[in-house]
Amino acid sequence: MSKRKPYQREMNNDWWLKNAFYSKYMIREGSSILITLYSLILAWGVFRLSQGEEAFNAWLSALQHPISIIFHLLVLLIALYHTITWFSLAPKAVDLYIKGKPLDAKFIVAGHYISFIIVTIFCLVLIML
Amino acid sequence: MNAQQTTTNQLPEKKYIRSHEPIFWGLFGAGGMLTAFLTPVMVLVTGLLIPLGVIDAEHLSYEKLHHFVSSWYGAAIVLVLVALPLWHTLHRIFHSLHDLGIKRGRDWQQVICYGFAFAVSVFVFTLLLQMFSL
Repeated sequence: MSKRKPYQREMNNDWWLKNAFYSKYMIREGSSILITLYSLILAWGVFRLSQGEEAFNAWLSALQHPISIIFHLLVLLIALYHTITWFSLAPKAVDLYIKGKPLDAKFIVAGHYISFIIVTIFCLVLIML
Repeated sequence: MNAQQTTTNQLPEKKYIRSHEPIFWGLFGAGGMLTAFLTPVMVLVTGLLIPLGVIDAEHLSYEKLHHFVSSWYGAAIVLVLVALPLWHTLHRIFHSLHDLGIKRGRDWQQVICYGFAFAVSVFVFTLLLQMFSL
């Protein structure tokens, strides 16, 4: 048995509420919870799809419930927040060099936003086909 | 000289333990990318525009969707869209549990988090396999 008693700094669970930077970090991490639930709704949709037309239509009409609409609105907001944080981190991951010079971070971020807009419009058009 | 030789031979070979983190981190990164680019438009379509009738529900009808997922590429697309974000979110949830100071059963937390993502992936994969037709 060691007699050593190392000092352990106290860390309360509300550390992330006391500093705006940490709060934003936890909101970003917390976005995972809503996005997980959204994925589960989709997985359930695949299950209902496998059960036949009636079951699938019941899933579609359940999505019209006001609670579902409010939930999806929240998911949309938090998913967009995830997108913003993900894109702002992108220059750290991409780290492009052109002729030995590092590419300015703002071009990488802008490139992501432009692709995001193109992908979004493409998907909206695709579903209408 | 001879004695020195034997001592060096007796040194145990250093064993490196390989981390499984790169696999999960890869899935986390891919899922994060997909979530960043596609989740907003997916939520917009399935959760808002179609239920509110802005886009006609015909565009996401049973026949259309069932036909789509019974092809191999349709099944692959749906599997990725539904399951991959989970490998991202459950990775984040696992690490957030640490951030919130939940120290107990760290291994089990990991098993439950990644196991959950795995279970849902298998669930969706099985359903798609069931609907698959050549």
